[in-house]
Parts: sequence; structure tokens; C-alpha cells
Amino acid sequence: MKKKQSMIRAAASSPYVVWSVLFIVAPLLFVLWFALTDGNGSFSIENIRGLSAYGRTFVMSIGFSLIATAVCFLIGYPLAYAMARTSRRIRNILTVLIMLPMWTSLLVRTYALMALLDNGGIVSNTLTRMGLLNGHLNFIGTGGAVILGMVYDFLPYMILPIYTSMTKLDIRYVEAAADLGCNGTQTLFRVVLPLTVPGIVSGLTMVFVPSISTFYISQKLGGGSFDLIGDTIERQFQNTVTYNTGAAISLVMMILILISLGVMNHFTDQKSEVIVK
Amino acid sequence: MKVLSKIYMALVFLLLYAPILVVVIFSFNSAESLSRFEGFSLDWYGELFQDAEALTALRNSLVLATVSSILATVLGIIAAFAISRARRRWLARTMESVSDIPMMNPDIVTGVSMMLLFVGVAGILKVQPFLGVWTMIIAHTTFNLPYVILSVLPKFRQMDHSLTEAAMDLGCTPTATFFKIELPYILPGAITGLMMSFALSLDDFVISHFVSSPDFRTLPLYIYNQTVHDVKFSMYALCTLLVFVILGVLIVVNVVGSVRERRQLRKAGAKR
Repeated sequence: MKKKQSMIRAAASSPYVVWSVLFIVAPLLFVLWFALTDGNGSFSIENIRGLSAYGRTFVMSIGFSLIATAVCFLIGYPLAYAMARTSRRIRNILTVLIMLPMWTSLLVRTYALMALLDNGGIVSNTLTRMGLLNGHLNFIGTGGAVILGMVYDFLPYMILPIYTSMTKLDIRYVEAAADLGCNGTQTLFRVVLPLTVPGIVSGLTMVFVPSISTFYISQKLGGGSFDLIGDTIERQFQNTVTYNTGAAISLVMMILILISLGVMNHFTDQKSEVIVK
Repeated sequence: MKVLSKIYMALVFLLLYAPILVVVIFSFNSAESLSRFEGFSLDWYGELFQDAEALTALRNSLVLATVSSILATVLGIIAAFAISRARRRWLARTMESVSDIPMMNPDIVTGVSMMLLFVGVAGILKVQPFLGVWTMIIAHTTFNLPYVILSVLPKFRQMDHSLTEAAMDLGCTPTATFFKIELPYILPGAITGLMMSFALSLDDFVISHFVSSPDFRTLPLYIYNQTVHDVKFSMYALCTLLVFVILGVLIVVNVVGSVRERRQLRKAGAKR
């Protein structure tokens, strides 16, 4: 009986094991294989060595996404705090309002932002009519526009996990801190902030990872003049000849992200409990 | 303080919604302009519904989302069952972390790795690369899997073991026990996972971008192709429709959720 049960157990798990080996593990091995071979399939580390040419791209991407993540945190944390302090009814409405942009196509939102800020768009027209501008905004195509795009696209992913940890925070801790003589700032830094670390960590991750790997935002809002890691990878895969370089860049980016995830998860042993894409 | 925080919330939501509002409002513009509103019209909606390419893309998206979310839900239930019942802890932990990989990796890496798999296998078999419907179904099912597992696994873990034991004692075979006891118990989690997969699949652009071919284009791929050049105004109409569909679904989910919550609260009150 015991034996039969364990056989059933093994048989039951096999479809999933087969699927994950074929379509999760094998693809990663193929990335490794393409990264470490040349066009003819023989071993070479030329692709990895050639990556030094992309140093600037890596530095710029990391810089842009760090700034975007920091800005999202500075905007998102106070917002999540304020949201958690509203009444239950308002809170439900605000949650829907945060989730709506998350489920709206990123392409649509990025394109809409571009249309809004472009020369001849509403912002430049309004400013011109108010006499603050001479008709040309010239904002699209700057680094600021790319960072604004990241902030705008990914801000909800910062707010929601932090807000979730805020609502789990027992308000009595805050009251106790106040009773024991903490002022507002002390309560924030000594009680609220440490207790919402899990939400902060998943928020930071959920903004940083898509920011560092984006290619659409930089294509649209950077006007083609900012080549981020994502753009570089995407370009390598439009042509069969450069698949190997593309695989090498993807591999390095994956390792980079794994390291930063490891560092971040070091601050929290709880598995991020918020699942939203 | 109260007023200040209200103003702050209003400002952030304004930033978040300004571009979407502009798209929604100007999709009803009679002129082809995003800065001057000339008059109300539904012209762009009319044009959208005559755009055969857009309609095909919509159909493809719905088919792909349906097939891949169902596949992912079935596989995800199997996976969660296997993980929760695994005797060896390391085995359970390995299975769980492998299933998390597509969720942790940036979309572009998942897309690239899938594409290299298909291209590599085609190279080994010495056939032409076969990107298309099937590769799309495989890719979408794979990136949906972790979300299904994440919503089903806690249900398996919460489940009281004596229920399954009782069923077996009363003569159920393991298979019958699974379908009569376990499946109904985890069903709410499975439905959450199914809905989430469906939505993620409809929304995905990056992974599809790498594993698709021009003969099977989904809605996001169609939108991407449109935005490479100057966008047709019927695109704004399409976006507006999408925003309203999503809003509708979110409101329904929220209302159903809070009604259920209230009912449970009332039940708990009655017991007391």
C-alpha cells in the first residue's frame, strides 16, 4: 500500500517535472550554451570578452533604474502610508485605482505618456498658451524622460506591496510608540519602517527588475538616443548572426539581477507575499 | 496633516492617470489630434471594428490566453500537489524554486531563453525554426505556471490531512480522493490562478515578442507594431475599450470579494 502510494505520487508529479525541465531549465542551459559558443557551435569566450564594449550601456542602465527605483520609493512610501490611514471604503476604491494601471498594457501607457509630453502634445501646447514656452518642449529624447517613463510605468508595483504590509501593521504598535514618547518622525523610522521591510523589498524588486530590462520605454521616451541593456539584447535577436552576443548579455544581466535579489532578500527572510505582476 | 495627505494622494493619482485620461478623452475626438478637442465622435471606434488585422489579433489573444491559462492551471495543480506531498524536503524546495524562475527573471530573459531553446532545438534537428502558435502556447503556459502554483500551494498546505485519510479509510481510491476531496478544497485557489494567468497572458508583450512569428500576432504585438510608426487613432479607441474592460473586471472582483467578506463576518457573528 505504502509503495503503491509513493508510486502514484511520483507519477502525479511527472508531468510537471517534465514540463519544467523542458521549458524552464533547458532554455537557461541554451542561453549558457549560446553565450559560450561562436556561430559555428564551437566553444569560445569571445562573446563574454566582447561585453566590455557594452560597459557604458550597463552603467547607464543600472544608473537609470536605480534612480527610477529610488524615486518610486520616495513617492510610493508616503502614498502607501496615507492610503493605509483612510477608511475601509476609500481604501478599496484606491486599491482598484492602483491596480487599474498595472493591468493596463504597458505599451499603451508608455505610448500615452509620450503623446502627452511630445512636441505638439497637450503639455507643450498648454505651456505655450500660458506663455511659459516657445512651442517646443524637447523633453522626449532626454534621460529624464526615460526615467520619468520608468517611474510612471512601475510606480504601482512599488505602492501595492508596501500598502499591503502597511495594512498588516498592527496600529497598536504605533500607538504604543506614541504612548512611550516617540514623536511622529521617531515612530516612522523606528516602528513603521522596520515593520514594513518585506513590502519595501518586494516593491524595490518589482520596480528595479523591469526597469533594468526594459526596451520599450527607452525606445519611445528616449527617442532612440539611450541604449539600455534591454535595447541591446533586443537588437541582437533581430539578426541570427548576433544571437551569441545577445545570449552573453542576457546571461550577465541575469547574474546581476540574481545578485541584487540575493542582497535584497538578505534583509527579509519572509518570502514576498504579494503576487502581482 | 489630514488635508496635506489628501492633496498628496490626489497629486500622485493625477500623475498616474493623466496619460490614460488623455487617451480615453481623445479617442472620442472628431479630429485626428491629441491636443485640441474638436468635437465628440465615435469615428475611431467605427474604424477599429473594420480593422481586420486588429480583430484577428484580438481573437488570437483570446484563444492563446484561454488555452495557456487552462494548461497552466492543470499543470500548476499537479505541481502544487506534488510539492505539498513530496516526502523529501529538498525535492519540494527544488521544485518550488525552479517554478519561481520565470517569475524572478526579467521578462526579456525568459523570452530570450525560450527563443534560444526553440532555435537551438531546430538547429540540432536541422529544420527551420518553428516559431508560431505552439511556441507561444508553450511560453505563455510556462510563465503562468508560478502564479498558479503560488495561489494553489497554500490551499494544499492548509488542508486537513484527516479528510483525505477518512476518504481512503471509507474506500476511496487515491484518484477518487483527489477528485472528490482535494480538488474541491483547492478550487478557489485554482480559480484565482486561472484568472491571473488569463490576464497575464492577455497582457504579455515582451516574451511573446521573442517567441512569435508574423502569422500569429496577439493584441500587444499588434499594438507594438502600430506604435513603431505614427499611431492610427483607432488605436486610442482600442486602448480605451481595454481600460474599461479591465476596470469592469476589477470592480466585479472587488465587489464579489467584499460581499463574500461581509457574509463571512456575518456568519462569524451569528455563531457567537
